[in-house]
Amino acid sequence: MKRPDKDSAAGARKMTRRALILGGAQAGFMGLLALRMRYMQVEEADKFRLLAEENRINIRLIPPARGEIFDRNGAPIAVNNPAYRISLTREDAGDVEEVLRRLTSLIKLTDEELERAQTELKRTQPFFPVTVADQVAWSDVTQIAVNAPALPGVTPEVGLTRTYPQGSDFAHVVGYVGPVSDYDLSKMEAPDQLLLIPRFQIGKVGVEAKLEEELRGKAGARRVEVNHVGREMRELDRREGQQGENLQLTIDANLQTYVQGRLDGESAAAVVMDVTNGDILAIGSAPSFDPNLFVRGISVSDYRALTENKYRPLAAKSVQGIYPPGSTFKMVVGLAGLDAGIIGPEDTFYCRGHLEVSGRRFHCWKGSGHGSMNLEGSLRESCDIYYYELAMQLGIEKISAMAQKLGLGDRIDLPMSAVAQGLAPTKAWKREARGEDWMIGDTVNSAIGQGFVLASPLQLTVMTARIAAGRAVQPRLIKKINGIEQPIADAPSLGLNENHLRQIRKGMFSVSNNRKGTAYGSRIIAEQYRMAGKTGTSQVRNITAKERAAGVRSNADLPWERRDHALFVNFAPYENPKVAVAVVIEHGGGGSAVAAPVARDITLQALFQGEPPLDAYPQKDRPRVQEMQKKLREYRPAAGTDAKSRA
Amino acid sequence: MSFLEYNVKTTPSGIRKVLYLNWPLILLLAAVASFGFLMLYSVAGGNLGAWAMPQMKRFVLGLTVMFAVAMVPIWLWRNLSVVAYLGSLVLLLAVEFFGAVGMGAQRWIDLGFMRLQPSELMKITLVMVLAAYYDALPVSRTSRPLWVIIPVLLILTPTYLVLTQPDLGTALLLMIGGAAVMFLAGVHWAYFVAVLTAGIGAVTAVFKSRGTDWQLIKDYQFRRIDTFLDPSNDPLGAGYHITQAKIALGSGGWTGRGYMQGTQSRLNFLPEKHTDFIFTTLAEEFGFVGAFSLLALYALIIVFCVSSALANKDRFASLLTLGIATTFFLFFAVNMSMVMGLAPVVGVPLPLVSYGGSAMLVLLAAFGLVQSAHIHRPR
Repeated sequence: MKRPDKDSAAGARKMTRRALILGGAQAGFMGLLALRMRYMQVEEADKFRLLAEENRINIRLIPPARGEIFDRNGAPIAVNNPAYRISLTREDAGDVEEVLRRLTSLIKLTDEELERAQTELKRTQPFFPVTVADQVAWSDVTQIAVNAPALPGVTPEVGLTRTYPQGSDFAHVVGYVGPVSDYDLSKMEAPDQLLLIPRFQIGKVGVEAKLEEELRGKAGARRVEVNHVGREMRELDRREGQQGENLQLTIDANLQTYVQGRLDGESAAAVVMDVTNGDILAIGSAPSFDPNLFVRGISVSDYRALTENKYRPLAAKSVQGIYPPGSTFKMVVGLAGLDAGIIGPEDTFYCRGHLEVSGRRFHCWKGSGHGSMNLEGSLRESCDIYYYELAMQLGIEKISAMAQKLGLGDRIDLPMSAVAQGLAPTKAWKREARGEDWMIGDTVNSAIGQGFVLASPLQLTVMTARIAAGRAVQPRLIKKINGIEQPIADAPSLGLNENHLRQIRKGMFSVSNNRKGTAYGSRIIAEQYRMAGKTGTSQVRNITAKERAAGVRSNADLPWERRDHALFVNFAPYENPKVAVAVVIEHGGGGSAVAAPVARDITLQALFQGEPPLDAYPQKDRPRVQEMQKKLREYRPAAGTDAKSRA
Repeated sequence: MSFLEYNVKTTPSGIRKVLYLNWPLILLLAAVASFGFLMLYSVAGGNLGAWAMPQMKRFVLGLTVMFAVAMVPIWLWRNLSVVAYLGSLVLLLAVEFFGAVGMGAQRWIDLGFMRLQPSELMKITLVMVLAAYYDALPVSRTSRPLWVIIPVLLILTPTYLVLTQPDLGTALLLMIGGAAVMFLAGVHWAYFVAVLTAGIGAVTAVFKSRGTDWQLIKDYQFRRIDTFLDPSNDPLGAGYHITQAKIALGSGGWTGRGYMQGTQSRLNFLPEKHTDFIFTTLAEEFGFVGAFSLLALYALIIVFCVSSALANKDRFASLLTLGIATTFFLFFAVNMSMVMGLAPVVGVPLPLVSYGGSAMLVLLAAFGLVQSAHIHRPR
């Protein structure tokens, strides 16, 4: 096709023009690209550099070793033992099912563990090790090491696990640790980053929980470079954390073990306190449980056994249990009477076995009556009528005030879980709590530690120590934190007349050293260790007139739950008090027969700091004591010592 | 001027043609490809065999093809234009039925030694056939409606086929590339204004169709557009790619983090770092200096093509050269816009740099045409 030159020349000119337009547009767009590049790479470079670093760098926490707990002499109570766990890395394992099958033929794995491992393996990144078995015995670790070629991706790892070498003996005192739960986190305002680590363990109850801050320590951190799926490529730097602080308790482990052994078989609590400085030397509660079970993750059946046991092994009865103090409350009433000037030591009340108060008849434990009783006699023989008469003249407010002065009805600040407040009732309290007016009968009941009065074994110990020392002794459980001695709380004078206190102590001395005393049978023979105490038998039921007419049945005939609590409080030595002891045996029967011997034995053990010689005991007790000592030497706490191996 | 008027004696012949090649252009292409080898070696973590070596082999093969194409006189290529176009169309139809599916789209035919993407081929053959068409058409008829409909059909047929694969990116590239040739040939402004208006209307319709029965594009394409409009919306899902690409690019700064020191690429935060997102690694490791240098090399390639085209008195040769230059421009402009967050992620490789066989071969063959036009220009 031949075209006129003019036409094609015009076409060429047009094309040149349009090519320049198009080229210009392209150049313009490239300029835009260059500007965008400059904006991102120069102006915004710092922002993007930061984002790149955030992508690349991960902060990984290094959990600190938890602080350990020792007794006052340095015996270990809560320690960190090396624990072996077996983990599996998916990408190294290849055939995960096959490797798991081989693993199960070597070590025992429960179906639960297997299933959990399998689901976790599916969920996590292939390079992330998944724990298959925790708390593995050393023998299993060696088995796996020997068979390593057949087990690709399987690695034994060593970590630290909390162990309680004293087993059940300290379960109620130090408690135990467990993995952080969502509930734990919900209670905290700004939880420590450490708590977000899966399976990180924190104190759940007892000292472990109360001194969590001190025990936990500070997390270290590693800065690591990670790739897009979070695989760790290399460590950039590391800052070591700070180990948790070690604690030293005021408790003497030997005495604690003795107390637990002595209470074994009963549902009971006992507390031993140093009168001079308030140090808690032993604080036992029976039955107990093995805290190591909780660290490892307690099985449903084990846990059910603990919760369904009617002796309530999980409760720390020494601080959580509150009981009517019974006759051990008589010192409070007597002291209040002396302090108010209502009675003198030699003033008497006449006991004919019962007393009519506004149409109601109140009985003495001794139906035939004690006759004329002065203060010492009333304590020695635990006459009830004396205290009914005295209390009616005193009024409840003065009694309550004295009880508070001696530490009853006040929450004692001790780092254990659920420390009970108890109750020293007042008229205002009854109106508020019950919506009823205070009745004279309530005062009469309170006079002998029944009715509304409630106290924990710890509070009874504090009361006894205060009577013995004449000062407001405060209990102390933590002796040292990281080697630093903790302050002993001020023990100001109670502001009571020393003569009055001496009268009360004299009455208590009679209880266990006078032939007529209710605890004469459980006296201490050794002159320099003789103790002063008071028995208590607190009713957990009302005795009806009909029952009384038919003759009060002995405790042994009643079902366990309805038997009386047996109580005993004492301090020793009488001349120069060193220890105060309180023993409560739930539904044990009479204080003099059941609680007093236990308290005496514990007192002697505390004073001698070990097994006392037989001649400290009354002659007729010696064969029985000897047999018991033999038995106690064989006592071992539940799952103490070697708790690291797998059951 | 058509080939019949060539003074055959003034065009070089035989081995002497090599001397008349546009050597600066070849050097520029080699420089750009070298950027590619360097980056492919880096993103493989210092492994030559992974991507860099195969890419070099393909480049050598591509250069051979380019020389072969360049030796053939341009008028022969002009005569083959229609055949080439129809051949590409047949291949495009073939992938409809026999194509392998990748990334949710039917795109290639496995030839054994390489995967052939007919849509790549079509980008060049469409430009060829349009150039040949306007070379044959008298200039006075260029803007007559009847003579406008024919090239429009030539463009829309392959565009439709590519769109159904579905490959929105390539479809747009075909359309814009074809339109550019029509614009260069001198089609009246009014047509472009009309098409642009209609296009805006169509885009509106596409968006309106979302979620209805007559939805016009796939869900994943909608998501890409969403992501483009607001990448922070879904930083770990669909927006992840573009966010990470921007971080890599931006963190390069003036001079970059150093060769093989780019954390974003080395730690795999970057997606498809050896193909569509290779520019981000370059920008991260060599910074603004490196990224701008590559852009400048691309610009120079365009400049050399345009000047060669304007110096050529043959209408077919000029149109072809300008069309190929525009297609080349569209490749890198769209890819760079995409990784810089200026355009949605449409899956367009960075020409001569991204790892990939057929794109590189087709592009070098296209530059063979440019060289042929350059050697055989009327003197």
